[in-house]
Amino acid sequence: MTGKRVALVTGASRGIGRAIALRLAAEGCYVVINYNGSKEKAEEVQQEILQAGGQAHIYQCNVADFQACGEMFKDTISKMGHLDILVNNAGITKDGLLMGMSEEDFSKVVDTNLKGTFYCIRHAARTMIKQKKGRIINLSSIVGISGNAGQANYAASKAGVIGLTKSAAKELASRGITVNAIAPGFICTDMTQVLPEQVKEKIWAQIPMGGFGDPQDVAAAAAFFASEEAGYITGQVLMVDGGMAM
Amino acid sequence: MLERIKEIVAESLGTEAGTLTESTSFKEDLGADSLDLFEMVMALEEEFNVEIPTEDLEGIQTIGDVEAYIQNREK
Repeated sequence: MTGKRVALVTGASRGIGRAIALRLAAEGCYVVINYNGSKEKAEEVQQEILQAGGQAHIYQCNVADFQACGEMFKDTISKMGHLDILVNNAGITKDGLLMGMSEEDFSKVVDTNLKGTFYCIRHAARTMIKQKKGRIINLSSIVGISGNAGQANYAASKAGVIGLTKSAAKELASRGITVNAIAPGFICTDMTQVLPEQVKEKIWAQIPMGGFGDPQDVAAAAAFFASEEAGYITGQVLMVDGGMAM
Repeated sequence: MLERIKEIVAESLGTEAGTLTESTSFKEDLGADSLDLFEMVMALEEEFNVEIPTEDLEGIQTIGDVEAYIQNREK
């Protein structure tokens, strides 16, 4: 049991999830760092939090596995006593043109990005309803709003996250739980690093702010939604994209 | 057991245990919505250490239904 606010961040070993975990820890939260494959990276995030005087532990779980998600929340509640903030960040890409996209590549992306988000909300809501308090923040994407050639699966999953966010926001509002989404544009992470140079240049030209964002830009939005002051804001999608989609 | 059930229902749905009877209906008499029922069921699960699957909720509409359900599960 801790007096600190407890935040669980999925996919927190790298990129945006990592930045959100570090930021919430800096805001005084106890952070549960969820990871799937990158244990070492998750431990690095934990070390960084501990060295800065914060508190955190790591937990391995594939969010595409409903049962495993259930275990993760059980474990968190039994260890921490409460859960105040859930950040559904874990996501994968399997890019390819629609015509050549396999059923498996479509399903895998939807399973992690959309169903994984549902699974975590489903399990966390129980505790938050009891507490009559909670913050749920889902990572969507600008491509879930505008679409993107070569990302039919990813865009569909991220558009789905928006519908899920708004529905959950309506269902849980009466219990003091806010549910919001963040739609990042092009942020410098491992996920966008793999893009070919000419693709990056094209994207660059579409960003009024004239550059890619940093994971910290997204983390700042997450910290705002997670804050006590954001209690009257729910069902929203905040674009952190340098003005790309307006 | 009935008294304990009444107390939990009263606490979850914000009413007085003394006004509840076996035939009190959660939705019709107490104006509970589906989320209220979920909360109440969670409290009952904890108290009586049973798991009440969502599918079974439809059959549980009154205090008496809860008592019968839990007695049945405890057998």
